[in-house]
Amino acid sequence: MLQFLLRRLLYMIPTMIAISIVAFVIIQLPPGDFLTTMVASMAAQGEDMDQSAMRALEEQYGLGQPVHIQYLKWMQGILFRGDFGDSFGWNKPVSDLVWSRLALTFVLSLASLLFVWAVAFPIGIYSAVKQYSIGDYFATFIGFLGLATPNFLLALILMYIAFKFFNQSVGGLFSPEYTEAPWSWGKVADLFAHLWVPVVIIGTAGTASLIRIMRANLLDELRKPYVVTARAKGLPEWRLLFKYPVRIALNPFVSTVGWVLPTLVSGAAIVSIVLSLPTTGPLLIRALLQQDMYLAASFIMLLSILTVIGTLVSDLLLAWLDPRIRME
Amino acid sequence: MAVTDVKTLSPEAVAPGAAEAEIESSVSVASQWQLMWWKFRKHRMAMAGGIVTLIIYAIALFVEFLAPSSPGVIRADYTWAPPQRLHFFRQTDEGMRWDPYVNGYKVEIDPEALKRTFVIDEEQVVDAGFFVKGEPYEMWGLWEMDLHFVGSTDPEVPIYFLGADRMGRDLLSSMIYGTRVSMSIGLLGVFMSFFLGIMLGGVSGFYGGTVDNLIQRIIEFIRSIPTIPLWMGLAAALPTDWPPLRIYFGITIILSFIGWTGLARVVRGRFLSLRTEDFVMAARLDGANEVTTIWRHMVPSFFSHIIASLTLSIPGMILAETSLSFLGLGLRRPVVSWGVLLQEAQNIRSVATAPWLLIPGLAVLVAVLALNFFGDGLRDAADPYNR
Amino acid sequence: MESPILIEIRNLKTHFYLDEGTVQAVNGVDFTIHQHKTLCVVGESGCGKSVTARSILQIVDQPGRIVEGEILYHRPDRLAAFSRRDAMSNENGSNDSNDSNGSETTEIIDLAALNPRGREIREIRGQDISMIFQEPMTSLSPIHTVGNQITEAITLHTDLLEDEAKEHAIELLRRVGIPRPDERFDTYPFELSGGMRQRVMIAMALSCNPALLIADEPTTAVDVTTQAQILELLEELQDEFGMAIMLITHDLGVVAEMADDVVVMYLGQVVERGDVDSIFHDPKHPYTQALLKSIPRLGVSRNRQRLDSIRGMVPDPYNRPTGCMFGPRCDHFMPGRCDAVNPPAIQLGPEREVNCLLYEEE
Ligand SMILES: Nc1ncnc2c1ncn2[C@@H]1O[C@H](COP(=O)(O)OP(=O)(O)OP(=O)(O)O)[C@@H](O)[C@H]1O
Ligand SMILES: [Mg+2]
Repeated sequence: MLQFLLRRLLYMIPTMIAISIVAFVIIQLPPGDFLTTMVASMAAQGEDMDQSAMRALEEQYGLGQPVHIQYLKWMQGILFRGDFGDSFGWNKPVSDLVWSRLALTFVLSLASLLFVWAVAFPIGIYSAVKQYSIGDYFATFIGFLGLATPNFLLALILMYIAFKFFNQSVGGLFSPEYTEAPWSWGKVADLFAHLWVPVVIIGTAGTASLIRIMRANLLDELRKPYVVTARAKGLPEWRLLFKYPVRIALNPFVSTVGWVLPTLVSGAAIVSIVLSLPTTGPLLIRALLQQDMYLAASFIMLLSILTVIGTLVSDLLLAWLDPRIRME
Repeated sequence: MAVTDVKTLSPEAVAPGAAEAEIESSVSVASQWQLMWWKFRKHRMAMAGGIVTLIIYAIALFVEFLAPSSPGVIRADYTWAPPQRLHFFRQTDEGMRWDPYVNGYKVEIDPEALKRTFVIDEEQVVDAGFFVKGEPYEMWGLWEMDLHFVGSTDPEVPIYFLGADRMGRDLLSSMIYGTRVSMSIGLLGVFMSFFLGIMLGGVSGFYGGTVDNLIQRIIEFIRSIPTIPLWMGLAAALPTDWPPLRIYFGITIILSFIGWTGLARVVRGRFLSLRTEDFVMAARLDGANEVTTIWRHMVPSFFSHIIASLTLSIPGMILAETSLSFLGLGLRRPVVSWGVLLQEAQNIRSVATAPWLLIPGLAVLVAVLALNFFGDGLRDAADPYNR
Repeated sequence: MESPILIEIRNLKTHFYLDEGTVQAVNGVDFTIHQHKTLCVVGESGCGKSVTARSILQIVDQPGRIVEGEILYHRPDRLAAFSRRDAMSNENGSNDSNDSNGSETTEIIDLAALNPRGREIREIRGQDISMIFQEPMTSLSPIHTVGNQITEAITLHTDLLEDEAKEHAIELLRRVGIPRPDERFDTYPFELSGGMRQRVMIAMALSCNPALLIADEPTTAVDVTTQAQILELLEELQDEFGMAIMLITHDLGVVAEMADDVVVMYLGQVVERGDVDSIFHDPKHPYTQALLKSIPRLGVSRNRQRLDSIRGMVPDPYNRPTGCMFGPRCDHFMPGRCDAVNPPAIQLGPEREVNCLLYEEE
């Protein structure tokens, strides 16, 4: 198990490096370097940047030097000083902006993941055990519908319904009195009271596909000979169902985290924009529209790393659940 | 112990002649598509999905004719005009008569907000008709026409069957034009993914070993990054001053760059299982080169699966484009896609005043559902061993 | 010499209701299994051997159902190593006592009439009658330890505590010839070879000392040496535990080696049954004769490459012939008779029957 853990951790290193390179490429993609953009935008606002400040920035980011040096400088800053560069849109270091938002994104994604599992698991089992029943057809239909609805559309519809019929706004993660307040139990409770709306919206598509996966897995397992063996032993049906096929179908189900988590994080980004949640989404889109590239790239990188870590955790969970993987 | 299986009691005493075997195999090849068709036909939802898909693509083909006007026409004096319902029959003294019309608008002023709003005026009648002459357009950019499937008989008075947006643009026309863009971007993106996927997946499955390992790692990597932020990042990097067509292709490339992985997996799986089959071995031993072997011998043998997977990946592309454009990072006017239209609905205030702005979302829903059912049915039909 | 009856199957019919039609997988089967004896069931693939076996335990897959017939289980009054959880008296099966062997048998239960999901049949499964299967690879759960799967059967049917059950399981593993059983107790099936897994299956099946062990082609998936070892093990265990064995096989060699009695099946029906000697030396039914002719014998001229095989194909299950099922492939086919009546069982001696009009008394 320890060996497995180490190997998985080692595997992560190239992935992390690849992610940072992709993020850096995104920084580099817009024409011109960010300093020229910055100067241009300051000039547009009638401000000037003094030469020495420009020198200092050039030095810090290695502008004008070969691309790989720039990359290394950027990485060096992140790894040794926690410095992701500056956001010129906010005139602040990126690191001042990202962490609190990232934490809320994390809470939101995790809550969505738990929601998706909690809903998809029982419904998937039901659909498989009662294959071709009315309930199964209904779940399949709702599932298809959930898959076909872009989640921002769902967010818009919910917002519209809440506004029109309940005269309420469903945006945000906090009530006004807590928005600026420091963390307290009251604020946490307030957060959870608001969280369920985005969680349900973000979770729909994932729930739909996980129901289908759970159903298909379990149908596969139900046909396996070991089920007959267990039945021939004299086990009652329900105990048998949960001890063997459900338990075994759980493994591929857990391993879906690998791709469910990225889609949830994606979904969280876009839904947050619509519902204007204080997570990464709205800030990311603003940064992108302003070509505030250090901020944008840092977000993309951190979100990706968050997903990769999430996937690692799910892999470990899987190894704990499945001896075949653990002992490989 | 005598080792004989009852199982091996062979049914035929004489081995079938080679000629017989050949006839038999040609029969089974010829009927494979037919078998698929029979199986597909039994799948009722898939049939419905297929028909709806065909209709949507037909709409995409004839947008100029079907749309009452072109999508960009701004009529500032019709801001957020609500949808006008088309009545087919008119009440006259002699009873009901076929004479399509809609009711006109009257303007009401909200005394508190001092806002002008349009409401339907039951008193007014605007004549509508089918196959009416209207705004001229170039059909497929080839020849001039001014015939519209449905519209107002009086070019001066516009009709908004699905309402208007903030700038008085006709939502129905925009949506019909959007069909072409949204559906074609799905198709085009899938075709690009198809080449990437089949090439890399094929190479991966065909050679196995290190190459396979490397490509698998890349796929895993791409799949492990949250797509929308990455798409956003890439799309934002497209220069704003690019012409619309170039942006369109740029977005397609970005979408397919990430979308190929699913397909590559399917192809790889098939290749791995086919690699050891006799006919591929035979072709390799014959000295056929690799690319020829892949294209001539292996691809046809799982063509039906590829078609099914392709169909199933179109909806993802459509959804992705819709999301990007909705965020303002994808396509931009004058190009209209469903996502571009939904951008109008981005804030709750406009949705609250003009809920019809959400209708393009319905189009996305229908298209994606239809394609999913259709693809599901194809996949089932393509797999002869699954019930 | 006759040992008491254990299972008596009368006119069993098990059908599968599919969209395409009804598959009459088992269509009127009669035979008996005696205590402590080995009964072999042979027949071509698809003739309903497995379905018959599963019908006994009421574990036929959906959409299959027993539609007719009786499976009478003469429950022996013996309690070997374990105390039963329930006293015999609160069984609600039919309770008429059997005259011929009154001291040995206390009650007769019609298994076919029990609810497949009910408690009565579950008490019988794994305790009175247990079963092992063809695929040792997939017949055990891949993610539960071997020990877990065996002790589960023990604790389910006995009052033994967890560690007593474990002790017993290890003892069983030792008994079926697994080296270092206390270590193997904690291994997963995928760490064992096919032969070892089949031994584990046997240990599990014998864990509650059943009266009948059904073995559905237990050696098809293992190599020849292992096959011989496992069959030998079964014989040894039969001597020791005293259970009856119903052995399903394709291999007539195995039949010759193991069987006391033989049932020959064809297309869901029994065509001939009897003790092993008379079946091998005096086969009556044309199908049995054809089967036996296909065994290669040492010393028979070497240039005859192909075995005698049976003419024609097994008819498709939706489209069964009228009259005798074997008629269309039979060398002795009598037009107007064989395709008109389904041949009844003709008694040739005690426990010796053939279903063929050739032997009908005028
Ligand atoms: N789950 C099922 N659904 C439908 N039909 C079935 C099912 N199981 C068995 N059958 C049908 O029942 C018939 C008898 O099957 P069975 O498995 O008993 O044959 P068998 O004699 O055991 O063959 P084999 O030697 O190959 O194991 C077959 O024709 C098969 O088509
Ligand atoms: Mg069988």
